[in-house]
Amino acid sequence: MTATLRAFMIKEFRHILRDRQTLTILLLMPLVQVVLFGFALRSDVRDVRLVVVDPSPDHATLALRARFAAAGRFRIVAVTPSMQTVEIFFRRGEGDVAIAFDPAFAARLESAGPARLLLAVDASDPNTATTIQAYARTVITSYEAEIGAREGQPVRIVPEIRMRFNPTLESVNLFVPGLIALVLTLVSALMTAISLSREKERGTLEILLVSPLRPWQIIVGKVMPYLGLAFANVLTALLAAWLVFQVPFRGSLALLLAESLLYSTVSLSLGVLVASRTASQRVAMLVALLATMLPSALLSGMVFPVASMPPVLQWFSTIVPARWFIIIARGIMLKGVGLEYLWRETMVLGAMTMVLMTAAVRSFKPRVA
Amino acid sequence: MILNFRIVRVLLRKEYLQIFRDKVMVRQMVMMPFVQLLVLSSAATFEVKTAQLYLVDRDHTAASRGLVDRLRASGRFRVVDASPSMELAGEALLKRDAGMILGIPAGFERDVVRTRSASVQLVFNAEDGALAGVTNSYAQQIIAAHSHELGATLRPMVVEAPLIEVRTRGWYNQELDYSDYMIPGILVQLLTLVGTLLTAMNIVREKELGTLEQLNVTPVPRGAFIAAKLIPLWTIALAEFAMGLVVASWVFGVPMRGSLILVFIAACIYLVVALGIGLWISTTVDTQQQAMFISFFVILIYLLMSGLFTPIRSMPQWAQWMAELNPVKHFIWIMRAVLLKGAGLNDVWRPLGILAVSGVVALTLAVRQYGKTAA
Amino acid sequence: MTAPTIRAHGLTRRFGAFTAVDNISFSVGAGEVFGFLGANGAGKTTAIRMLTGLLAPTSGEAQVAGLDVASQMDQIRRRIGYMSQRFSLYDDLTVLENIGLYGGIYGLAGEQIAQRSSAMLKRLNLADDLVGRLPLGWKQKLAFSVALLHDPAVVFLDEPTGGVDPITRRQFWELIYAAAERGTTVFVTTHYMDEAEYCDRISIMVDGRIAALGTPAELKAKWDVPTIDELFVRLARPA
Repeated sequence: MTATLRAFMIKEFRHILRDRQTLTILLLMPLVQVVLFGFALRSDVRDVRLVVVDPSPDHATLALRARFAAAGRFRIVAVTPSMQTVEIFFRRGEGDVAIAFDPAFAARLESAGPARLLLAVDASDPNTATTIQAYARTVITSYEAEIGAREGQPVRIVPEIRMRFNPTLESVNLFVPGLIALVLTLVSALMTAISLSREKERGTLEILLVSPLRPWQIIVGKVMPYLGLAFANVLTALLAAWLVFQVPFRGSLALLLAESLLYSTVSLSLGVLVASRTASQRVAMLVALLATMLPSALLSGMVFPVASMPPVLQWFSTIVPARWFIIIARGIMLKGVGLEYLWRETMVLGAMTMVLMTAAVRSFKPRVA
Repeated sequence: MILNFRIVRVLLRKEYLQIFRDKVMVRQMVMMPFVQLLVLSSAATFEVKTAQLYLVDRDHTAASRGLVDRLRASGRFRVVDASPSMELAGEALLKRDAGMILGIPAGFERDVVRTRSASVQLVFNAEDGALAGVTNSYAQQIIAAHSHELGATLRPMVVEAPLIEVRTRGWYNQELDYSDYMIPGILVQLLTLVGTLLTAMNIVREKELGTLEQLNVTPVPRGAFIAAKLIPLWTIALAEFAMGLVVASWVFGVPMRGSLILVFIAACIYLVVALGIGLWISTTVDTQQQAMFISFFVILIYLLMSGLFTPIRSMPQWAQWMAELNPVKHFIWIMRAVLLKGAGLNDVWRPLGILAVSGVVALTLAVRQYGKTAA
Repeated sequence: MTAPTIRAHGLTRRFGAFTAVDNISFSVGAGEVFGFLGANGAGKTTAIRMLTGLLAPTSGEAQVAGLDVASQMDQIRRRIGYMSQRFSLYDDLTVLENIGLYGGIYGLAGEQIAQRSSAMLKRLNLADDLVGRLPLGWKQKLAFSVALLHDPAVVFLDEPTGGVDPITRRQFWELIYAAAERGTTVFVTTHYMDEAEYCDRISIMVDGRIAALGTPAELKAKWDVPTIDELFVRLARPA
């Protein structure tokens, strides 16, 4: 029986190897994604374009303007007496933020009445807007501190900031674990679902079911090559991330691979379940997509933090296996922790595997027969 | 020529019949806009509701407690645990019981009173860098406010009014509502999926089944076949777009400040590009499965490099140049500019023009490629 | 003698180093039922694809309905019908919808289509159902009828009776005869050697070449075999 199983697995391998196009995509995708997105997907803000509205320039406004120009992050793109210019610049996407000085700025400054200015940000991208606001305020505050230094110091509480596990706030450190999850889901769940439903459609599955192979053996045999592929992907992605971006890997590689295996098993079971419940290959493809890829990408915390989601979605995310795997992967890669800290999440994945696997095997035989 | 129109009409009838008989497809197409909008827009936010804070207060004075109270009062921070030990705090971070640590050293109040300057420690779990950054920003604002108040209490005689009063206004999005930013992008993604993915799969399906071969033997001209394939999906995608806009406006309150007609024209042109890419993909693959994978791969790259999720201006220079060639980028730009900022034709003519040119180029290349491989 | 409706001269097709069709020449007259026989992989499908414009010849020439395959394919397409090996009508459309589609493609007027549709349904004893729900034999007959819908000069049939029961097969050949009687040239490929007896003339392809060409009676006499089956075995054996 092992010989049959082995022959079966070899056939599956051949299938995969012969479909050059899919194979290329599967191997290339994580690589391209890591490199491309690592370089391109950033949230930090540079080169902020500043429009200055200064109806009555004086030495104070000029001084503050100079501060902004010197700040490095800011680039003054226009100096104008009217707010209308700001409108035009914002609408055309040529300006990010505007500072509008109220008239008699210096005079009011010197007479201890507050000098007023307006900080207007293009908030169509709220994230960037918040950051730009913060930067601008910093410049203003330090100017304020400078000129106020004579008056008697205001109290300053200086926070020392430490960003643990990811000191430079690199986005790439964040999403590499998520990327691994996505790739594993793609190969384990999606590919398995498609491959199984294709055999079901063609009728070749029936031959297998009539053979001495038991259902679980069929599943295992089908699934092994994809597992191998998935691992190849994980290693490629990790290698690329490490080589190109110096993404840290502080924990145990063996543990990560073991957890990846566990996660793959969960995804595989899901894929088998989908294949056994759908009527045709096309339907299997679409359902697998909806039920595995989309939640894994969106609700797992890979891109958008789970903590920010509304309670309904947070609840839903608890049944998305990728969510737990990402916690584990981040823990291992960024924090360097071991099983002592991750046992809870591992247990969840283990439980999911058992439930899904049983359901998959059980629905397998009667479905086709 | 008349014969040509008739052939196209006959083919179109077949296409529409096939699409609407495909129950799975229909269900998907109706559900997709809603599901995507609902799920994505709720999930796609970086706003932090409440940060879990671990307190290490070694000072226990009015000043330190005041700071903590202030943080708590803001509603954004919740003290989940406290102890005098930084090690325990670090453990909490590792175990994910807390997301950040506030460390107030002994002698905090004394330093404030005597030297007007004191320091505190803020340690964040920066696994999620963006989240940590935002939380940091909030925390710093509150700390700054508190230091101001401390200053006022210490020298009640001198009114420590700020020298410079800064009013901030966020234009187009005063509440900094992330969904206003995301939803136009989600609609674009929808269009791209229908336009490129479904087109590719649809055409390859005929290849797989062999019905394509049958058509190749008939006098159906290549142009007629392609037109009949692209037009139905073009109309369906536009219908979905319209539906999506309605949902966006009524359910999510996304502003529609500019001309909807302009948005629609942009959508029509953008779809031509998306369809052209789908057509091109269909010539490179043989099975629907391959079509799906390659489409996804291509679409993913386009979407992620387009400024949909992360701002283009944060990307390195080479990526920004690449983005200029990315039709998705231009369309999203137009959508956001028109819907959120009320931009008009004279503000968006440039990206619109680029889209139009891309459409012509994409379609021409795809049709030519199709002609080559069909024979 | 009238001009042949199909004429091939030195027709060759290579795929890289492999020669699928090697320098074949033959001609078929109007109203003939021509059987294009050979084993699987002998090159039959490749040859038929060249004649129907699905594949370009590497060298050689062919004319169909008096028009040159290399340069006048557009016109040829209006005058030929085709039934492929894989069933290629639309499973998710009904019988009438399929007929309407091809009728429209070949430029038949609405009324003509309606007339021929009802005649076809009657003749084939079919109800208007989704084609996907029909059993295989009915599908094949339908595909054949649709191929003849526009009264083509030549109809190409690629393995039309594969997997079909003997009664249906006989019905099929009755349809073929009826078409030939109306003057349609029928070019049919098959690997069922017994069907060879039904044809006016046959050719046998072996490894891309035509190893025998003539009427069944002629060939049986020439090679001194009782059946075409026997002839085929003899010709294919060295391969």
